[in-house]
Amino acid sequence: MTTRLEALPGSRLKWAVADGWTITRRDLVHWANHPVQLIVGLLFPIMILLMFGYLFGGAMKVPGGGDYREFLVPGVLALSMMFGIEATFTAVSTDVSRGVTDRFRSMPMAGSAVVVGRCVADMINAALTLAALVLAGLAMGWGWHRGIGPAFAAFGLLLLLRLAMLWVGIHLGLVLRSPESVMALQILVWPVGFLSNVFAPPETMPGWLGTVVEWNPMSATVTAIRELFGNPGWGGDSWMAQHSLLMAVVWPVLMVALFFPLSVRRYRRLSR
Amino acid sequence: MASTDLAVLTEGLRKRYGDKTALDGCDLAVRAGTVHGVLGPNGAGKTTAVRVLSTLLRPDGGTARVAGLDVVRQAAEVRRVIGLVGQHAAVDEQLSGRQNLEMFGRLYHLGARAARARAGELLERFRLADTGRKPVSQYSGGMRRRLDLAAGLILAPRVLFLDEPTTGLDPRSRNEVWEAVTELRQGGATVLLTTQYLEEADRLADDVSVIDDGKVVARGTPAELKSRVGADRVDVVVRRAADLPAAAAALARVAGAGPDVDPETRTAGAPVRDRITALSELLRTLDAEGVEVEDVELRRPTLDEVFLALTGHAAGKAARGGATGVAGAAPAGGGRTAGRGAPGGSDEKEARV
Ligand SMILES: Nc1ncnc2c1ncn2[C@@H]1O[C@H](COP(=O)(O)OP(=O)(O)OP(=O)(O)O)[C@@H](O)[C@H]1O
Ligand SMILES: [Mg+2]
Repeated sequence: MTTRLEALPGSRLKWAVADGWTITRRDLVHWANHPVQLIVGLLFPIMILLMFGYLFGGAMKVPGGGDYREFLVPGVLALSMMFGIEATFTAVSTDVSRGVTDRFRSMPMAGSAVVVGRCVADMINAALTLAALVLAGLAMGWGWHRGIGPAFAAFGLLLLLRLAMLWVGIHLGLVLRSPESVMALQILVWPVGFLSNVFAPPETMPGWLGTVVEWNPMSATVTAIRELFGNPGWGGDSWMAQHSLLMAVVWPVLMVALFFPLSVRRYRRLSR
Repeated sequence: MASTDLAVLTEGLRKRYGDKTALDGCDLAVRAGTVHGVLGPNGAGKTTAVRVLSTLLRPDGGTARVAGLDVVRQAAEVRRVIGLVGQHAAVDEQLSGRQNLEMFGRLYHLGARAARARAGELLERFRLADTGRKPVSQYSGGMRRRLDLAAGLILAPRVLFLDEPTTGLDPRSRNEVWEAVTELRQGGATVLLTTQYLEEADRLADDVSVIDDGKVVARGTPAELKSRVGADRVDVVVRRAADLPAAAAALARVAGAGPDVDPETRTAGAPVRDRITALSELLRTLDAEGVEVEDVELRRPTLDEVFLALTGHAAGKAARGGATGVAGAAPAGGGRTAGRGAPGGSDEKEARV
């Protein structure tokens, strides 16, 4: 053995940052090793956008007028953030079931790094997903009409939604512990994704269904970003529609406030 | 023994999962610089013990020290001096072998260059250098296992825990693991390995703790454990199956404990005290009764038989793992408390040799 095997010195904070980055980089290396997986992941929401935009779009009417594709793009942006939960869940449950989490826990690394790394990697992935979708949307004639400031606020709300999904995903991954149960998760996530105002305005639905759809946390984000982008279809007289900007912040923050401590507790309980 | 000479010391270690008791007052003592085998059947509590010692699991009771450090109160310090190789390979499937080792190296806080160099060394050593760039998902089971072991060795740990390191390995990979363990020991490290293979404990371990139902039921060197069961064993193979009861009866007269009978191989075997006297007396009796003998063997007991004698039942995988057939020939209903103990010896719950 020729290599000197001494750990470098450094403060706790320095190592928390460095270890978090090492775990983040692990995901970046996954993407580099398996670029096809990454690309398929980016293309999937674009496919939904194209399908609904061109296949069904002709038959859709936006109340109050306006182009359906202008209406659709913000919805799919939010939907792609929602589906991110599956990636987070798969990554967390795979590590737990394969014993990788245990190996990390038996090492002298910062305890926070596993979660920090997961967070940063997933948020980078979310930003890439948004960028790809925005390019596709622009190509379809979508655009933002209220200037760059509100547009960035809209992207901020989308990432906030992804952050909420991240913590739900981490918690479910720690609870279910098997990557195979992602199927069960999909059965849950898809209806939530579709029971929203992504593809159709709630006004066009039966009263009770419209209410359910308006209370779907994702719908708040969609309405809010339609407003911020200046895209059609964000109006409405209900309280939820009137306060969508507020609710687009409140819902995700509530979810993080609930699932962050639950996840921490679950993580601690791995040692029980 | 001064406690500073002990790399691992557990006292009254307890762990329950719901209403299932996995560790029930487990006392382990591992001398620094030795290889210690923890031998036990499926569900004995081996993995649980290793998980407590490697800070992954909090015990419900008792204390555990590794390198003098308390695994609960000084967990962070313990993690700096241990290496863990769990029962199932714990590596990232989507990374290559090299990428895995470099990542773990960085997480052990080696510098970038040191982590890379160390990964290279370990890949060489475990014959993974050629495949070091393939993702682990394309590795065979043996390669994964070797990579897992390499990951546990990154920091050259003072105390290494190996949980059933050779289960499911081909003979060549198994030999490599054995060599690595021997080398580590020569380098001054302490190794605690769990195993269901008695042969493995016999071959590698300086000391053995036999555990069953979460308790240590016997401890000592492999040789001491063997001598506890009886100095020698005699196996008689008869030509006609009908003679087997007669042979067993003859054996019973000279043996220290009831004979094991295996009709399939027409063999009766039992531990004996004085080998020569027992053998000549046995042959005289058999001759007088007209029992035709095909073969007689005088031999040291295997650890399988040791296990059987110490715990009252066969070691979990020993029969299936193909060590010797004798454990499989244990009489049904022997029960765990049935006194199949050492000849003339007591059958106390725990024996210090
Ligand atoms: N997470 C758990 N929840 C409930 N029971 C458990 C859990 N882990 C282990 N057990 C039980 O505790 C006992 C000891 O298990 P342990 O895994 O420590 O045994 P082992 O000696 O490692 O067995 P094996 O040779 O099969 O690996 C077993 O009866 C097992 O079923
Ligand atoms: Mg086990």
